[in-house]
Amino acid sequence: MSGALPVLDRPLTRNVRADRSPTDMAAYEANGGYRGLRAALAMSAADCLQVLKDSNLRGRGGAGFPTGMKWSFVPMGDACSPGHKYLICNADEMEPGTFKDRLLMECDPHQLVEGMICAAYTLQADVAYIFIRAEYHKATRLLQEAIDACKAKGYLGDNILGSGYNLEMHVHSSAGRYICGEETALISSLEGKRANPRAKPPFPQVSGLWGRPTIVNNVETLCNVHHIIERGADWFQSLGLTADAGTKLYGVSGRVKNPGCWELPMGTPVREIIEEYAGGMEEGYQLRGFLPGGGSTDFLTVEHLDLAMDYDTIGKAGSRMGTGTMIILDDKTCPVGFVKNLTEFFAQESCGFCTPCRDGLPWSAQVLDDIEHGRGLPEDMDTLQRQVAFIGAIGNTHCALAPGAMEPIQSALKYFREDFERHIDGGSCPYCDGGNS
Amino acid sequence: MQPDNPITNLLGQYRDIPGGLLPLLHAIQREVGYIPPDRVPAIAHAMNLSRAEVHGVISAYHDFRTEPAGRHTLQICRAEACQAMGSRALEDHAKQSLGVDFGDTTADGAITLERVYCLGNCACSPSVRIDDSVHARVDPARLDALLAELGEAG
Ligand SMILES: Cc1cc2nc3c(=O)[nH]c(=O)nc-3n(C[C@H](O)[C@H](O)[C@H](O)COP(=O)(O)O)c2cc1C
Ligand code: SF4
Repeated sequence: MSGALPVLDRPLTRNVRADRSPTDMAAYEANGGYRGLRAALAMSAADCLQVLKDSNLRGRGGAGFPTGMKWSFVPMGDACSPGHKYLICNADEMEPGTFKDRLLMECDPHQLVEGMICAAYTLQADVAYIFIRAEYHKATRLLQEAIDACKAKGYLGDNILGSGYNLEMHVHSSAGRYICGEETALISSLEGKRANPRAKPPFPQVSGLWGRPTIVNNVETLCNVHHIIERGADWFQSLGLTADAGTKLYGVSGRVKNPGCWELPMGTPVREIIEEYAGGMEEGYQLRGFLPGGGSTDFLTVEHLDLAMDYDTIGKAGSRMGTGTMIILDDKTCPVGFVKNLTEFFAQESCGFCTPCRDGLPWSAQVLDDIEHGRGLPEDMDTLQRQVAFIGAIGNTHCALAPGAMEPIQSALKYFREDFERHIDGGSCPYCDGGNS
Repeated sequence: MQPDNPITNLLGQYRDIPGGLLPLLHAIQREVGYIPPDRVPAIAHAMNLSRAEVHGVISAYHDFRTEPAGRHTLQICRAEACQAMGSRALEDHAKQSLGVDFGDTTADGAITLERVYCLGNCACSPSVRIDDSVHARVDPARLDALLAELGEAG
């Protein structure tokens, strides 16, 4: 039973204490910390990259792109023109329902810093940024303290541990925009501009921050790097239950008995996460559906409970594993109101560059609001369906915000269609008495 | 309050930092509580940007204010998990007991009320943020207690 996994098989949360107090340098090193850094520095950057590729680590920021492959597009050695190379940690975490990176940063800030030093060494980057959500004050302070402690120990700065490798690291606070989490918008923001996404190509790996080669990775992705370098690709592969390797921070929020976040083997079945770790539904509530990986993923329902939570399985079921933090829809919450609330978020967070997103999302939110409040017309269903097809099409917009916003709507229309129709036919919200609408 | 001098000092500190505009705006807001619109030309000049660019950045990010906020800020999370756990009732309670709508500040200048999407605390819904601290599992009674602790009653 995975509840009894040996401690070492939960590499990412091994320093997370029950009271969530932060692990400092002394405690971190006492538990094997910065061994991965020494292991990396003893290897060539090319060998580190090969281990990462072999490990099959996939990005934990939502898209699941293979990390080693992404890194292999960065020009190395003589192929790289002289100048800076950047590593950026994406700690913007503003996807509704997502709270895993905060846990990692607040409980074990050194783990992220060590992972980043090893990642930067692999890429031969000389400057690293942690781009962090402004609300995460505590994590910001702890990360700065961890960086200072590393400088004092010679783990950061010039000639790290006598290796000749130099790296500086900075923490940069964002200013409250969900779109900053999109990697090219993040780069614009770090340059001091509005957070507008950029067209790809050129890809950031070749031309990113200030036009220089840049890698952007999620917090959880980077936290894995030194463990993989220290313990090897085979070890990492062996942690996963399915084709995807490693462990994953899975979260559950909503009307369950024990909402929370747990590090489990990649590919743990959805049912086990919801029923065993989250304790099942609260008394008096039934599960209607769930967004598997944050607010921009398609609903799945009861019929999908036995699927493995990994990228390919959830993808084949018509959704995305996204960030792996599930939001539960219960039977007393109005699905129309739920989706409308999300759509209002995405509409508010549009950067305004593309017309389908800037003008389309508020329109979708308005149609959903009308339906929720009993003002909807039968033809509104077709309007929503058309919006889903148009705004949701990859390529009609500059970035994935707008298509992501359509995912909960399109799947709600598929799985909860009768709820929409009851609102329209009855001229009111059938859930209103429940106090949730 | 005379926001002029601290801002002039800050302009000097950040003008040569690449991408320094956002850190500068954060610093101004920390120092004087908001970004005074009449200082935008000076900011633009110091950072070698157009006024439109500076205004574009200020207006593009939610965290920058162009007028002073209350002495404290109360944010109530409106994301899905919190809504499922009763944050709408909390919103109504806050609006009523403070006598203001979202985006407004109480008449005594004590508290600015805001709605926010997801404080990243979904396992302990509903969540609110008061100034820099996030509080979990807040019901109306707990909210009243937290606000009372600010010592602004009256
Ligand atoms: C609208 C939008 C918001 C995003 N927000 C985040 C975020 O907060 N954190 C994150 O790691 N990735 C976010 N991403 C994904 C990033 O663009 C990028 O794919 C990711 O940081 C890459 O890291 P990974 O390869 O380690 O997953 C977002 C993407 C989009 C389109
Ligand atoms: S899809 Fe939306 S958020 Fe993305 S670039 Fe276009 S307008 Fe901006």
